[in-house]
Amino acid sequence: MPAAPDLNKAMPLSLEGVAIGALEDISLCLAPGEITCLSGVSGSGKSRLLRAIADLEPHEGEIRLGHQPQTALTGHAWRQTVMLVPAESQWWAEDVGAHFTHDCREGLAALDLSPETLDWPVDRLSSGEKQRLALLRALSRRPQALLLDEPTANLDHTTTLACEAWLVEQARQHGMPVLWVAHDPEQIKRVARHHVRITGSRLEAASWT
Amino acid sequence: MDVITLEWWQLGLAAAMVVALSACTVVARLGVGRSLLIAAVRTAVQLTLIGLVLEALFASSRFQWVALMALAMVLIAGREVMTRQQRRLSGGWAFGIGTLAMFLSSFSVTVLTLTVIVGPTPWYAPQYAIPLLGMLLGNTMTGVSLAMDRLTTGVWQQRSVIENRLMLGQPWQEAISDVRREAMRSGMIPTINAMAAAGVVSLPGMMTGQILAGSPPALAVKYQILIMFTITAGTGFGTLAAVAAGSRRLFDHRERLRLDRLHSPKSHGR
Repeated sequence: MPAAPDLNKAMPLSLEGVAIGALEDISLCLAPGEITCLSGVSGSGKSRLLRAIADLEPHEGEIRLGHQPQTALTGHAWRQTVMLVPAESQWWAEDVGAHFTHDCREGLAALDLSPETLDWPVDRLSSGEKQRLALLRALSRRPQALLLDEPTANLDHTTTLACEAWLVEQARQHGMPVLWVAHDPEQIKRVARHHVRITGSRLEAASWT
Repeated sequence: MDVITLEWWQLGLAAAMVVALSACTVVARLGVGRSLLIAAVRTAVQLTLIGLVLEALFASSRFQWVALMALAMVLIAGREVMTRQQRRLSGGWAFGIGTLAMFLSSFSVTVLTLTVIVGPTPWYAPQYAIPLLGMLLGNTMTGVSLAMDRLTTGVWQQRSVIENRLMLGQPWQEAISDVRREAMRSGMIPTINAMAAAGVVSLPGMMTGQILAGSPPALAVKYQILIMFTITAGTGFGTLAAVAAGSRRLFDHRERLRLDRLHSPKSHGR
């Protein structure tokens, strides 16, 4: 990212009594610059919780970024600030570059992608490249909080490590609170400051083992 | 110059050709003979009935009867628009949006054409008002139903893309822009094609009718051009309104994509 980080904007993301689907009364506070991992068996509602935080689905409870409640912003302004990167990214234009509205050259190198990638047609991308470009596409829009749904699912080990390092650095540098859905205990150990797990309809702090 | 009158037995001869065609398809086991006959009977019955209604209407020429007829036409067209959609908006919105869009565009264009351009006395004279409105409504109906159908199925097919665009912070108008453009296009294409082919490939029905009825071709052509333009304006504005209202309805106040507002398509039927 070219511009200097604006740490004055760093704000915690907090959830209070959020309910969506089977989940009830979820409360959580994500500190700026820190990564919290979210795990749980498949179908337990991890993705839906992220969708509720991004306000893509009707839900109950209060979600705030700093002092600002979700409802104080319009839907798109909120999602621009609290950005969700889904497990499977979608591409609507023919060329990769058309999906980028901001400069992202530095990120390309950090994610082990060549600068020409932006001129490629989307069809040419592998699933791993798509996943990294989706992360870059989201982060280049400068959100203030980040929701990641299995961001390294399609990556090999080396690329996973590079991607993790970049995300950790981005979170720290821009003071973004990050909620990261992950399965791999090793990955959780590497990136997370905190770890919460969905059990039934609740969220529990997971112990480090 | 008077129109040559048609007798019922002369229509019978034309009907005999249809019956002969249907007999041929039955012999060849093509399976369309039955529906061909049913459709032919429907045409005869429906047109005869509307002929009686129009005769009564022309005889009375009262404003309230003309208005009632126009209202009935727009409601029937609204129902037709609704049944032509695979995935329609639930809760009466499919009928409501389609009908309102057609009402606004067809009625305002018809009234404008009657009062400002053609100018019969009184301006609602049924000989002018009803055929004009009928042609406008028929075309607007096609445009609106094609566009609404394209809009709702397009949103359904591209729901992941639209949601991903929302996740990136795009306003709903931008997230749905591709589908909206497609919908508008499919609503307008039949009209644009008809204008482009008029006179070269096809002789439009109204013009042909006027010439058969004894009008000089130059006048018939003028009327046809007038009709083409009003049809285009009516269809275009109707489609525009329906697509705008329909795509707004697919998002809620938080700009979330709400596919729960669509009915799933029926397994059979139209």
